[in-house]
Amino acid sequence: MSHAINNLLTAMADDALIQGHRNSEWTGLGPVMEEDIAFSSMAQDKIGHAWALYRILQEDLGGSDPDHFAFLRNEKDYRCCHLAEQPNGEYDFSLLRHFLFDHAEAVRYGRLEQSTFAPLQPLARKLKGEIKYHLLHANAWVSQLCRAGDESYARMQAALNRCFPLALGLFEPQEGEEELMAAGVYPGEKALQAEWLDRIYNILSPAGLNLPGVEAVTPAYGGRRGYHTEYLQPLLDEMGAVFRTDPEAIW
Amino acid sequence: MYGGGYIFDEPNKRQLKDEQLHDDPEKLAAFEARIARGEKIEPGDWMPSEYRRQLIRLIEQHAHSEIIGALPEGTWITRAPGFKRKLALIAKVQDEIGHGQLLYNAAETLGKSREAMINDLLSGKSKYSNVFNYPAETWADVTVIGFLIDAAAIVNQVANAKGSYGPYCRALERICYEESFHLKQGHDAFIELATGTPAQRAMLQDALNRWWQPIMHFFGPPDKSSVHSEKLMQWKVKMASNDEMRNQFLDTYVPKIWELGLSLPDPALRKNDSTGKWEFSDPDWELFKKVINGGGPCNKERLNVRKWAEEHGRWVRKALMHPGEKITAPAA
Repeated sequence: MSHAINNLLTAMADDALIQGHRNSEWTGLGPVMEEDIAFSSMAQDKIGHAWALYRILQEDLGGSDPDHFAFLRNEKDYRCCHLAEQPNGEYDFSLLRHFLFDHAEAVRYGRLEQSTFAPLQPLARKLKGEIKYHLLHANAWVSQLCRAGDESYARMQAALNRCFPLALGLFEPQEGEEELMAAGVYPGEKALQAEWLDRIYNILSPAGLNLPGVEAVTPAYGGRRGYHTEYLQPLLDEMGAVFRTDPEAIW
Repeated sequence: MYGGGYIFDEPNKRQLKDEQLHDDPEKLAAFEARIARGEKIEPGDWMPSEYRRQLIRLIEQHAHSEIIGALPEGTWITRAPGFKRKLALIAKVQDEIGHGQLLYNAAETLGKSREAMINDLLSGKSKYSNVFNYPAETWADVTVIGFLIDAAAIVNQVANAKGSYGPYCRALERICYEESFHLKQGHDAFIELATGTPAQRAMLQDALNRWWQPIMHFFGPPDKSSVHSEKLMQWKVKMASNDEMRNQFLDTYVPKIWELGLSLPDPALRKNDSTGKWEFSDPDWELFKKVINGGGPCNKERLNVRKWAEEHGRWVRKALMHPGEKITAPAA
């Protein structure tokens, strides 16, 4: 089973790392200074979450040093979803991505509090507490921008249409998932997705946004099996630019 | 972090005495007496128009320096080596933007809106610290900025925190508190390279060589050539002279650099034991002026980034200012 847990934690950690990386790219570029600060804050949290998960992989599952694992793998060995890999684009895309991503995380960590894999319980509790603030941020901005005139509303709907199939990739079936469900490690991707859809519908619908049907779109799968978009490799090159020059040195 | 003792002013505005004449002499005397007693001036208090103008200029340029200063280091967030450095750098740059926010608020208490200040930044009318017009070429540059530029900024900001304008002083107190953590992380990363592999040390020495002149420029031209300092010092707008601050910085930090076996690219740099003052080769002040006036290696790039943020964020700011204009129901 440790292979399946490994897969699950690597996917969760890689999602957090890559989403955190994208959030951090907003530092200095936000539409208002307050948003620079908010995205920087969330970047720190996400990257911190990834670090904590890589440490569990190292300490409880015999994985390698978190810095090495995060910065030195080949592209095909990452398990992040395509949603997180996308470049930031405009603020509307980044905001909607953040909204969909953080609701997915809230659902996932909410369930992992009861995981039979003991190291996940305290971490899930801590992360859920942090993600709560990410949700407050996302919900407030999405709701407000949907009520702020035609252009703003149209941008929100267009961003949702673009993000939604990508976001379904957050729930791509995991290798060994049935085994983990049977052992009570987590409830499986399908259950998480259903809970997520309810949650986001309850916020998007009052805001006037039209949530595309799951059946009507093609989910962006592949990330969990190491198939990535063209955006991941350049991101990894950049992320490892200094570290790869001498991985044994202390920086 | 802040850009030091040099506050750019348009040449035709350097008429302190003329403008002062328009102020009521009794009020002016009472105002100056308050400052002499060490009282703080608050937003609603009477103040000479020139005091207000100089403070807006000072605080606005300080605020610009914070948000532009976030950019050279900000470009390294995505490349920072390892989790520890990455998290520290994001937190640090985020703090700098927060300082900008605090300072724009302080300047707004004097009657100029944030929007007007940002517009003046983008049009080039208002300046920011010159030091941010140089590129951060390598990871070692990030450590030099985090250690030495932050240290220099602290010298300046600690002095300014004792000034006469209440909102600015209170913002600076908080800023200095956070900056002292930045200095620690900068120092830590700097030491790691200085005591690291030969390649890491070489990278650091190269960065020091490139940053030394901008650091010497940081506190502004020598006192003998600086304009309108006297009145500003009496009004406690400017709290220490450029030469004093530069000397204080050299006195604290040059020994720390030398102790690590690193060199500085100025053979004349030495402390004169009889005067207690540091001696150094005159940095190129013509270059300093050229960079201030837009001729530095990164002036265009820095402003272009801000322009991108302003242009691409305009719809968001517009939407925030006109909420509830129209709720469009979904088609289905």
